[in-house]
Amino acid sequence: MSFSWAKPYEPKSNLSKWIDDRLPLPRLVYGAIGGGYPVPRNLNYFWNFGVLAGIFLMVQIVTGIALAMHYYSSIDGAFNSVEHIMRNVNAGWMLRYAHANGASFFFIVVYIHIFRSLFYGSYKAPRELIWMLGLVIYLLMMATAFMGYVLPWGQMSYWGAQVITGFFSAFPLVGEPIRIWLLGGYTPDQAALTRFFSLHYLMPFVIAGVVMLHIWSLHIPGSNNPTGVDVKSEKDTLPFHPFYTAKDGWFVGAVLTAYCLMLFFAPNALGHPDNYIPANPLSTPAHIVPEWYFLPFYAILKAFTIDFILPAKLWGVLAMFGSILLLFLLPWLDNSPVRSGNYRPVFKRFFVILVIDVLVLGWAGGATVTPTVVAISQIATAYYFAHFLIILPLIAKHEDTLPLPSSISASALHGELQESAPIGTSKTAIAAAE
Amino acid sequence: MPHHVPIGTKLITTKPIRLRVSMATLEQSAGSPEPGANENDGVRRRDFINIAAVSFAGVGAAAVVMPMLYQMNPSADVLALASSEVDISKIATGQAIKTVWRKQPVFVRNLTPKEIAEANAVDLGSLRDPQTLAERTKPDKQNWLITLGVCTHLGCIPLGTGEGENRGPFGGYFCPCHGSAYDTAARIRSGPAPTNLVVPEYAFTSDTVVTIG
Amino acid sequence: MIRMFSYAAGAILTLVLMVSLFATVKEAIVSPAEASVEYEYHREPKDLKLASDGPLGKFDRAQLQRGLQVYTEVCAACHGISLVSFRDLAALGYNEGQIKAFAGSGNFWKIEVASVNPDTGEASTRKATPADRFPSPYPNDTAARAANRNALPPDLSLIAKAREGGAAYTYSLLVGYEQQPAELLKHFPTAKTPEGLYYNPYFANLNLAMPPPLTSEGQVSYGEGAPKATVDQMSKDVSAFLVWTAEPKLENRHRTGIVVVVFLLFATFLGYLSYKNIWAEAKRKVAPKGPLDPDNMARRNRAKGKAGIEG
Repeated sequence: MSFSWAKPYEPKSNLSKWIDDRLPLPRLVYGAIGGGYPVPRNLNYFWNFGVLAGIFLMVQIVTGIALAMHYYSSIDGAFNSVEHIMRNVNAGWMLRYAHANGASFFFIVVYIHIFRSLFYGSYKAPRELIWMLGLVIYLLMMATAFMGYVLPWGQMSYWGAQVITGFFSAFPLVGEPIRIWLLGGYTPDQAALTRFFSLHYLMPFVIAGVVMLHIWSLHIPGSNNPTGVDVKSEKDTLPFHPFYTAKDGWFVGAVLTAYCLMLFFAPNALGHPDNYIPANPLSTPAHIVPEWYFLPFYAILKAFTIDFILPAKLWGVLAMFGSILLLFLLPWLDNSPVRSGNYRPVFKRFFVILVIDVLVLGWAGGATVTPTVVAISQIATAYYFAHFLIILPLIAKHEDTLPLPSSISASALHGELQESAPIGTSKTAIAAAE
Repeated sequence: MPHHVPIGTKLITTKPIRLRVSMATLEQSAGSPEPGANENDGVRRRDFINIAAVSFAGVGAAAVVMPMLYQMNPSADVLALASSEVDISKIATGQAIKTVWRKQPVFVRNLTPKEIAEANAVDLGSLRDPQTLAERTKPDKQNWLITLGVCTHLGCIPLGTGEGENRGPFGGYFCPCHGSAYDTAARIRSGPAPTNLVVPEYAFTSDTVVTIG
Repeated sequence: MIRMFSYAAGAILTLVLMVSLFATVKEAIVSPAEASVEYEYHREPKDLKLASDGPLGKFDRAQLQRGLQVYTEVCAACHGISLVSFRDLAALGYNEGQIKAFAGSGNFWKIEVASVNPDTGEASTRKATPADRFPSPYPNDTAARAANRNALPPDLSLIAKAREGGAAYTYSLLVGYEQQPAELLKHFPTAKTPEGLYYNPYFANLNLAMPPPLTSEGQVSYGEGAPKATVDQMSKDVSAFLVWTAEPKLENRHRTGIVVVVFLLFATFLGYLSYKNIWAEAKRKVAPKGPLDPDNMARRNRAKGKAGIEG
């Protein structure tokens, strides 16, 4: 571990010593999430969302494997197999709803996790690679979710596949051949469905692998914290176990409660009724919309309505991919040495506008297309790109930041120091001990 | 929100007298939960909540495993096909048909009096899997022999139901895969099969209809 | 360097978007879109209260049985519910014998279950058994369209989940048929309901190919003790039935949900107490040593001694 005061692993029983001598897994776990991993003592609840993302990944994998025992990927049978799961398979309805709502919660949790990193500067040096691995996980999640949504072969499944693979045809020359190669045909059909099933089963394990790299690279510098100030001494940290296992534990319970409330009492709230209609290639639904977690990108795609050197459709596709790809460059776009938004008042204000902007984009992506909605999405898209490409670099260069605390413990302890000192200790002695 | 302190400033304390009293209270409360109780009790009492929380989480985790295992049980549509009806009105004496139950072959044979007599004449002690014909049929329907058409050796479908099929040395069924020979009561007489052809649960719902399973 | 590219890219994208925005606004002002007749005259579904509503909802079995009766006597002529098996009707309170009789009766099923003639191998039909699903009235979509002026009567198994508004929508649709209002024709003279379609403001396109299926009171004769079979009542009953066909596991879901959520709330509460317990020390002491640490014990004893506290 990177901190000198991290407690080394000491096997508690003969069995754990026997295993550890042969396969250093116990010491790995101890050093990663046990008493041997020092974590800043001042983390707030926004730091709980990484673990939550891991939990929902596991939920999706477990429910997904169970569902795959009953689903079959033929275009004639897929829709019926999902209904077979809902009606005939023991607890099948619970597995299906758990998997569908698990995907939504996975995205909710990951979005909060990402916005935490944006606000507290967790993407800045030396954590750039953690940030980029995280973006890779996010891209893999989007691909997995898209393919998973196609599998029930409902109206939205089919037409969503049609629209999203249609993006590729926006690229000149190579676009259409790539689209046909992806689909294995001219339109989403049997070939597309079976390969999407295969890849959808594979990707979560690729995600799990990248998650391990993500956590491994995190454990080199250790976690960031709300002040953005580096860990300087043992006073600044607490061992992960039992402090953060306890904090994560109860909060996981709370989030699982919210998840189960949705699963058992409003399981179709985040879905679209049209996906309960079997796919019909000859009948387009009135409004094709992706799942809610893709709506901001859908708004960006639809915002470009004018051909300007490049065709509007190509602008839309480039902007949509670009909106995520530019995030890879964020550590260099925003290279202010002050990490946390708490000490960057101008940045903080623009951050709030960014959050509102993304929510507006989400609303616009799902709303019925009218000139007002299009205009709003155009303004919101313009702000999104301006925020990352123009505003953040300018702020980083010119802002006045607030003075930082000298250390984490100085900011976190609020004077408990003198409270916990033995009675009669003089003030100067207390101050010297700080 | 972290309380930020300008770099370089030392902490300043205020109101020392109040601190002293509160410190005493704190020192005390940081120790044992009540005056007079010994330290070990206090620690164990505090640990109890941790143990309780972890146990509940464990129960929850175990409870989640249940549906995962439960979903592998046969689904409702499979269970619905667990019993089949067979119309036996067209089977003449001496004839047999092959039908399907739980996606497996079933032999329904209308035994001739000669076959019944042959079956009853066999010495039970000489059978690998001793059973009388009466044990394998219904009381007043001794001529109806209903068995699975699956050889108990390794699962091939024995011959003998169709016209002209080889009925083996004992006049019952004969399995071509490894030579198991069954008699007129479908009991194993020679060859590698260990037990008689399985008689499934069945009932006559009328004189011409049998419900299997 | 990166900053230069970044400003350039940001400027280009913003420029393109402003051009698009300008065009959008210009078009909106110059040629504003007219409200469509659907937008003006489409109505949101009426309110419908069912026993299955809400997190603790349960099916009203008597209502479901009446709904099944309405379905079989009125709707099954054109609409299938092919995801429902006859054996599922046990949930409505029927026993095995009743279900077997119902399935094989041939009373309602003009088309029996497709099968193969065991002697000749030709396609034929056979009586339905409880294990079978409800047969569709038409062998395929083409036949369905041919019999209904090119309109396809949808399968109703999932209709309550496949339409915005669910059961409230199906109920409103069934009772919502009316004459096309004169006012509509005044504002939209080209929007007269075409021949062969029926005006219904609860339908998205306003003109529905399905003729009003429930037209007169007593069309279905409910048994003793049942409410009067008005069009309104029959529509409610069949809508409740369609909620069941779409979601037969609704009651299991609610029951399991209560147990799970109560358990989780309690477990979260215990977890929270445990968290508070573990962190109580961290927030007090600088070094995360426990109360049994000799230094801390010595400190405590000295403080107690000074304050004159015994024990």
